[in-house]
Amino acid sequence: MRFLPHTSEDIKSMLQVVGADNIDDLFSTIPDDCLSKDDLALPDALTEWELDSHMSALSDAMAVSPDYKVFMGAGSYEHYIPASVSFLLGRSEFVTSYTPYQPEVSQGTLQAIYEYQTLAARLLGMEVATASHYDGATALAESLLMAVRITRKKRVAVSSLIHPLYRKVVRTYFEPTGYQVIELPYLKNGLTDLAGLVELNDLAAVAVQSPNFFGCIENLKEAGEKVHNKDALFITCFTEALSYGLLKNPGSQGADIVCGEGQSMGIPRSFGGPALGMLASRKKYMRSLPGRLVGQTKDLDGKRGFVLTLATREQHIRREKATSNICTNNSLCALAAAIYMASVGGTGIKKLAELNHDKAEYLKQELKKAGSKISFESPTFNEFVVEFPEGFDSVYDRLLKKKIVAGLPLTEYYPELTGHYLLCATETMSKNDMDALVREVKS
Amino acid sequence: MKEFAGATGLILNEPLLWEKGKKGRCGYSLPRQDVESFPLDNELAGEGPDFPDLSEVDVVRHYTRLSQWNFGVDTGMYSLGSCTMKYSPKTNERQAGLSGLAGAHPLLPSDLSQGTLRMMYELEQYLAEITGMDAVTLQPAAGAHGELTGMLIIHAYHKNRGAQRSMILVPDTAHGTNPATATLCGYSSVEVKSNENGILSVESVADLMDEDTSGIMLTNPNTLGLFEENIREISEIVHSKGGIVYCDGANLNAVMGIVKMGKIGVDVMHLNLHKTFSTPHGGGGPGSGPVCVKKQLEQFLPVPRIVEDKGNYAFSDNYPESIGKVQAFHGNIGVMIKAYSYIVSMGPKDLKMASRLAVLNANYIKESLKDTLHLAYDRPCMHECVFSDEKQRDDHVTTFDMAKRLMDYGFHPPTVYFPLVVHGAIMIEPTETESKEDIDKFIEAFKAIANEAKEAPDLLHNAPGKSKVRRLDEVSAARKPCLTG
Repeated sequence: MRFLPHTSEDIKSMLQVVGADNIDDLFSTIPDDCLSKDDLALPDALTEWELDSHMSALSDAMAVSPDYKVFMGAGSYEHYIPASVSFLLGRSEFVTSYTPYQPEVSQGTLQAIYEYQTLAARLLGMEVATASHYDGATALAESLLMAVRITRKKRVAVSSLIHPLYRKVVRTYFEPTGYQVIELPYLKNGLTDLAGLVELNDLAAVAVQSPNFFGCIENLKEAGEKVHNKDALFITCFTEALSYGLLKNPGSQGADIVCGEGQSMGIPRSFGGPALGMLASRKKYMRSLPGRLVGQTKDLDGKRGFVLTLATREQHIRREKATSNICTNNSLCALAAAIYMASVGGTGIKKLAELNHDKAEYLKQELKKAGSKISFESPTFNEFVVEFPEGFDSVYDRLLKKKIVAGLPLTEYYPELTGHYLLCATETMSKNDMDALVREVKS
Repeated sequence: MKEFAGATGLILNEPLLWEKGKKGRCGYSLPRQDVESFPLDNELAGEGPDFPDLSEVDVVRHYTRLSQWNFGVDTGMYSLGSCTMKYSPKTNERQAGLSGLAGAHPLLPSDLSQGTLRMMYELEQYLAEITGMDAVTLQPAAGAHGELTGMLIIHAYHKNRGAQRSMILVPDTAHGTNPATATLCGYSSVEVKSNENGILSVESVADLMDEDTSGIMLTNPNTLGLFEENIREISEIVHSKGGIVYCDGANLNAVMGIVKMGKIGVDVMHLNLHKTFSTPHGGGGPGSGPVCVKKQLEQFLPVPRIVEDKGNYAFSDNYPESIGKVQAFHGNIGVMIKAYSYIVSMGPKDLKMASRLAVLNANYIKESLKDTLHLAYDRPCMHECVFSDEKQRDDHVTTFDMAKRLMDYGFHPPTVYFPLVVHGAIMIEPTETESKEDIDKFIEAFKAIANEAKEAPDLLHNAPGKSKVRRLDEVSAARKPCLTG
């Protein structure tokens, strides 16, 4: 086996030093009734070349672009990834290092994550950002728990237009805590209905997603004012980080904590993971943040350097009193996002975000012309909800055979929206791809 | 003197990203504008983020230079105890990058995602076989996330029985994540002291376990690198009081094919695919923390679960007692692919051999260094051994100093000051992928450092001297945090 370097001679001489006759003797502290008597029932080993063909066969059984046109976003977006991003991300010094507990030999990871924190904070208009979380959903759950810690109030309200799967994760995290999660309904125009807030008291936080699950851009400023009137923290959430290349950032709209998913920035979809949980806040809440933080400092010679910092919030120091149990996060995904943000740049990200908006608007207009109904009138970024005529499910299945995935059916998530589909078009969809979809829908 | 790997070389300085570049550059090929533009309402549009503008060359040089300031497993031996820094096979990166696996949308209809579903289903089977458990979820994103999932399952189990409990037993040797996780689930941690041999005694558990305690959260082998010999008796006590036995599987690398936790009393355990199953750590993730359970806990596993019917795979949400979801989608698929590739590349014989060699390497280091460093528990160890700086105290040299000096010799330091039960702990886990020659050099380096501690202690106090930066001021970093530039 090519990963096991020991020759029989090595083993023999090492056993001599250890003072054992054979390797089995080293397991003598394990009681006999704990030892497994049978061999593992696993398939025999594959050679590297057999593995290649086995895995290629699995890969071929997946529907992906360019073979398939997948008009589906809903928290996982197709964006082009420059070769330079993938190449740099593959540098094994980044890939095969551990959490940078020893800063002198981890400056590469540390500076890169410090830069990520800075770019993330600038993207979201916040003062500080963490080094990363698992995904957008867990970042939201941790943000809500953070608000409970800060305010010492035990109730939170979340918009029903936050990604349905994110809300499920929040419910799972909150189940054992006894804290209450209230869902706010939505309006006919596809935006969150905050009117009910007036009736609610003792709220730690209110969370709103923008662009929301229907793709609609929320009026965060107005929402923030209503939330702050209730003396609660305003948490904004997102599934499409790229939208902040074009939209007003949540910090400028009054958000106290911002969280969401950064997969759009240089991370392949990989069937949903690994992804990038992003979490940022105002500086005054810095010491309540969950997860890793990298800070700038100096070495003995006064040279700039970076370290993991504010560790007294964390589990390895605080144990049961930590702000979170998070240990390993998604550092390499944060690095991917940083390299992506650096590559696209300030000028580029605006143009790219505009292009996403243009593509989706084009598809929206063309579908409208073809007789489909746009379900919600509010402006959208790169996805939107369409109501197709009755009986569209058979058309949807026919399109699958033609290698077109015509969006995500919403019935499962919003039973009242039978016949409504969430469609997404990013920069990867050409006019021809979209025209083909419209033609098929019409026919 | 023998030549060690640590050396100085031409390391290049590199400014921060925003100290480089010029407005108007772009390192990205903007896709063609083949549709008309639809300007967004001014009320909604912002100015765009203040990112630097860089060319592709600027970006490539920047990150290439940064990468060279890092030490990885591919650079050299990374003896970080409890982290299992084994070599990550390169073929695994290829497999995870295959376009069908890397490019797939998580909500595709199951007919269009059979490849990934099959991989996940088989990986669940393999992990169940290796651990001796009955059912597996792959959804948790990391070890601590697996712990949280496991604890939520315990919480759901007690709730389902109509009698929630308030405490959980956690040994004094536990990882910090264990008590932190217990708190997230509303359980208060009760510390169980390990005995003079570094393991849990039956009596100490019997004294503390009662019917208001939800169970025990132990690590086996434990963080001292010792097998919890009394695990069967401990499990019986916990079970007799209606509790659940949780095993932190961080140290599974010692016992693959040798001990099946599901057969010796464990009810639920999490694994770290980024430790035992060779997926790279990525400078702190992404990891993957599958949770394996026995039959009586299966109904509480997160949804969706993968079901198989005549070679067809699909997701099912039809588990009303499930704890729900712990990630938006299905877990860290990219990491699972690498672990799956590793398991099928190794096969049953070499997986067992990996554990045997990991234990041999650790015992070899333990025996070779026990005259140089104080050995906390002088008994056969599993995959790691724990020393301390006791012998160096008279030289006024600490674990910290020795760890820093080791960098100059070309090694990543061991885990230091953990576990907490050993004062000044030095926790060494070589893993099976280190050859005898490399381990011999590591041993020699430690001996040379112990010698320096006596003869030239300032070499240690000022170490490292060959790294990109010298010791960093962590105190002022925390006192006056500067988290963004």
